Amino acid sequence: MSMTITEKILAKASGRRKVDPGENVWLDVDVLMTHDVCGPPTIGIWKREFGKDAKIWNKDKLVIFPDHYIFTKNPQANRNVEILREFAKEFNVQNYYDVGTERYKGVCHIALAEEGYNIPGTVLFGTDSHTCTSGAFGMFSTGVGNTDAAFILGTGKIWEKIPQSLKFTFEGKLPAYLTAKDLILKVLGEITTDGGTYCALEFDGDAVFDLSMDERMTLTNMAIEAGAMNGIIAADAVTEAYVKRRTNKSYEIYNSDADASYKSKFVIDASKLEPSVAKPHSPDNYDSVRNVKGTKLTKSYIGSCTGGKLSDFISAAKILLGQKVKIPTFIVPASTSVAQQLDEETISGITLKQIFENAGCAIAQSSCAACLGGPMDTTGRAVDGETIISTTNRNFPGRMGSKKSAVYLASPLTVAASAINGVITDPRDFL
Amino acid sequence: MEKIIKGKAFVLGNNIDTDQIIPAEHLVYSMTDPEEIKKYGHFAFSGVPASQAGLPQGGVQFIEGENHISEFSIVIGGANFGCGSSREHAPFALQVAGVKAIVAESYARIFFRNSVDGGFLLPYETPVKLNDKIKTGDELEIEVASNILKNVTTGESFNLRALGDILPIIEAGDIFKYARQSGMLA
Ligand code: SF4
Repeated sequence: MSMTITEKILAKASGRRKVDPGENVWLDVDVLMTHDVCGPPTIGIWKREFGKDAKIWNKDKLVIFPDHYIFTKNPQANRNVEILREFAKEFNVQNYYDVGTERYKGVCHIALAEEGYNIPGTVLFGTDSHTCTSGAFGMFSTGVGNTDAAFILGTGKIWEKIPQSLKFTFEGKLPAYLTAKDLILKVLGEITTDGGTYCALEFDGDAVFDLSMDERMTLTNMAIEAGAMNGIIAADAVTEAYVKRRTNKSYEIYNSDADASYKSKFVIDASKLEPSVAKPHSPDNYDSVRNVKGTKLTKSYIGSCTGGKLSDFISAAKILLGQKVKIPTFIVPASTSVAQQLDEETISGITLKQIFENAGCAIAQSSCAACLGGPMDTTGRAVDGETIISTTNRNFPGRMGSKKSAVYLASPLTVAASAINGVITDPRDFL
Repeated sequence: MEKIIKGKAFVLGNNIDTDQIIPAEHLVYSMTDPEEIKKYGHFAFSGVPASQAGLPQGGVQFIEGENHISEFSIVIGGANFGCGSSREHAPFALQVAGVKAIVAESYARIFFRNSVDGGFLLPYETPVKLNDKIKTGDELEIEVASNILKNVTTGESFNLRALGDILPIIEAGDIFKYARQSGMLA
């Protein structure tokens, strides 16, 4: 009867005592999340299939965050938000966080955590490939297409194939010059962009449980970069404290059995790793910062659901305190709550916001912004000929805007150090 | 749905991505207009490099001339079939071209889901590598009830993984039709 954490959660959601990898089962969905890019087509399919009398299966379980194409004059992008707004009004969707109001939150995956929708032991689906981020809370979460999302919207159910699991145990202590981004880039370098196809990536080990929730979300966020269905970290006291501050919903904690079976297991000594990058144009194009240092840059970018959390800005600020950046450097808080904390958190008595401003960084409004390029007027968007270092999660050709730009992915420490020198720089030079 | 799927094999390698299945430039056609739909079939697998198209020799045209339906209706792939973008056009294009089933070692998750939920085709998994055992043009039969793939040309038989809970979805037509038939939806 031994099972992994992912198998246990999916067994419960499908009403079974035991599930095995490869089995297709029907799940009861706890939360469906959508945003301004995939929400409108999902609503379209739902209306087509369910007709005039279309009903949302459970309004409390639907959450909508406009976040992708927000601060733009692009008419199609604005029309999408308009569709969400009308839908929320017509169907009285309470969990709609409209842009231009005090309720606006920013990037969906971080807002889900902050607003108390991430609950250990539950099942969350979203119309976004990085929905796997929520797995940091000891829950099952994954992305689906618009047809599947429309089906969930009408029924609250969806089928899923039970994934095999890959286990990554990070032993030892993470040195001060590394962050969770260095760990996940290492994983991607090892298993490549299809090494996790249709699998669950389970993260374990002392170095993982030492991490804050922000940092844990960096690990699970990039599970999809390996083709994985979900990333997952069992809930512990750190998780419980985070969740209890945000919701009084009950939760259930699951752990993998010691003799659960895995497709493969990796044990990595975190204390021996080096600051890492993913070179252009793929997140699995791993290298150490040491090997690429000195590469000339035109821009640096700290933002997105994977690299724009409070912990990312604390890391960056440690390096940027009292320094000046040599290249345009964008600070894009993932959420409005993170933006507010930039004003409150201090290092040596100076707020993070002040540190960034003194260093010459540009601070943008919370949203996905240039993480996925976006409309031409998006802050920080890549233009032809640029070489960018970024804390985001994808560096496929054209992902941040121009197809003729090159993007290095790295930790906020490495990005901040590189911004000061204008060339790729090892953060140890500043710590 | 047919109980036995019969057809000629078209054999491909690993990592057949959605750009090989239907290149992005062809995503502009209507998916509802009966005439325009044919374009999807016509361009199905047009992104596969010639040397890889129709193994073991390669160089086999999946679609002849101006046709939109292929003489091959069972695709034998390798690992990670359908990786790349989440476009639902990919399984759709193969359906239009007359593909009834794919047999591969593994699938990118969203392609697999789209194949089933849109009712486009049967994505069978094989526990053993088959794209080096079956040749393009071999006559195949898949018995849906028993999950047995028979190579009529060579007389060999292989066990495929059972489709399980998703077979009824494909039999019904798509995920919405299935839900209505099974009483999940009114
Ligand atoms: S920040 Fe980037 S990766 Fe995250 S949801 Fe937005 S576009 Fe996707």
